Amino acid sequence: MAFSAKVRESYQAQIKGIQDAGLFKQERFIHSPQAADIEVEFPAGSPLKKVINMCANNYLGLSSHPEVVKAAHEGLEARGYGMSSVRFICGTQDIHRELEKRLTEFLGTEDTLLFPSCMDANAGVFEAILTKDDVIISDRLVHASLIDGIRLCSAMQDSIKHSDMAHLEEKLQLHKDRRFRLVVTDGVFSMDGDTAKLDEMVALCEKYDAMLLVDESHSSGFIGKTGRGTHEKCGVVGQIDIITTTFGKALGGASGGCVSGRRELVEMCRQRARPYLFSNTIAPVVVAGVLKVMDIVSKSTERRDKLERNAAYWRKGLTEAGFVLREGDTPIVPVMLFNAKLAQDVSRTLYEEGIYAIGFFFPVVPQGQARIRTQISAGHEIHHLDKALDAFRKVGKKFDILGKTKQEIIAKYGM
Amino acid sequence: MADELKDIILAYVTKEYLEDDSEPLTYETPLISGGIVDSFSMVSLKRFLENKYNISIPDDKATPEAFDSVNKIAVLVREFVKA
Repeated sequence: MAFSAKVRESYQAQIKGIQDAGLFKQERFIHSPQAADIEVEFPAGSPLKKVINMCANNYLGLSSHPEVVKAAHEGLEARGYGMSSVRFICGTQDIHRELEKRLTEFLGTEDTLLFPSCMDANAGVFEAILTKDDVIISDRLVHASLIDGIRLCSAMQDSIKHSDMAHLEEKLQLHKDRRFRLVVTDGVFSMDGDTAKLDEMVALCEKYDAMLLVDESHSSGFIGKTGRGTHEKCGVVGQIDIITTTFGKALGGASGGCVSGRRELVEMCRQRARPYLFSNTIAPVVVAGVLKVMDIVSKSTERRDKLERNAAYWRKGLTEAGFVLREGDTPIVPVMLFNAKLAQDVSRTLYEEGIYAIGFFFPVVPQGQARIRTQISAGHEIHHLDKALDAFRKVGKKFDILGKTKQEIIAKYGM
Repeated sequence: MADELKDIILAYVTKEYLEDDSEPLTYETPLISGGIVDSFSMVSLKRFLENKYNISIPDDKATPEAFDSVNKIAVLVREFVKA
């Protein structure tokens, strides 16, 4: 045994450091299916509390939808529980390929490859398609999984100021001598809820002969007129070279992800992406659930339309109450508090009022930009949103932040 | 060339990395250890200097430590301009 007292003490000191910095994360145990109304045990050992969930990625309210649950049951019966193999040995069923075809059609691409998660898709895609002769130019606010994937790749790495198209053009010019250029962005940025300017990015990529990769994890299923994603909203379906996305959010919320895009790039991932080659893919029961989700979102826009109405109602309510919000029109509505301790105090007080919404602070968001990130769902009814608005108003009044500007909140609570 | 070189680097770093409402930089501000320049972005700073001064900085010299302030970058650049 090599876990000596000295080693243990070193880790204990590191954990204490995280606690002392106010950055210690604690899980809250939910005793019910994922939904707008949930029962939570927090802190551990406390009696269950019924709260309204305002921070799930359950955008379309499909996580516990009866049709999805039923399809998953049927899938479990028909195709079993596990595959006990990676895809290319004996871990591919007909339904895995069927789901890939459905996703290709839905996303408007040429081909698709499933991954155990979108984190894995992002970890594997760059190394599979680029070499040291190439350059990756990423937005500075892209998701951590993209950053990790880029780090795993030997290509030159560069970044641009968030959504700054003039800066992107400068960088494309600077790197015109590289073999290939790959521009990387989120479709909807998870912390701010704003949308990438994909139409402008596509035009710049065409002008400078660059490929474009978009992570659509916070948009697939509900952004755009028929929910195809940010590329639909921006009018560039069919023009994105690589889309990565997840089934862990709007599309059923269980797990899994994919790389979808140009046929040759997807094939390179099948041949070379390490998370695909060295890990089992999504379990059959989840594939069956996602196939049902694809039926639901392809047949009707009812749920994404309701989500859009809910998000507009919520944003209007918070604005009228006098909170500082990040501007946007997605179901991610960040309530800006700037100070990390204030964000945690507001979150805790909201919980006492029956509202589950988490505070985000450095290093998840930049220093001095702490916030409560609220996320709206088609599973919310107006009475949920009204109750949550009442609680936000009450808590906002208690902390005296209603109607206050960013500068006034910082003056009162500090950065 | 000393101050001019530092001012050129300072102007580039300010334009490239700072948001409009950020605190102004000095020659000593820690850039990488201070979280102002992320490791991905170091490459464009290196490429800018190489193009501007017609030099080639080997990767083993372009370390986060050597790029951690305008002063340090100026020392590095001067080394290669002289050579």
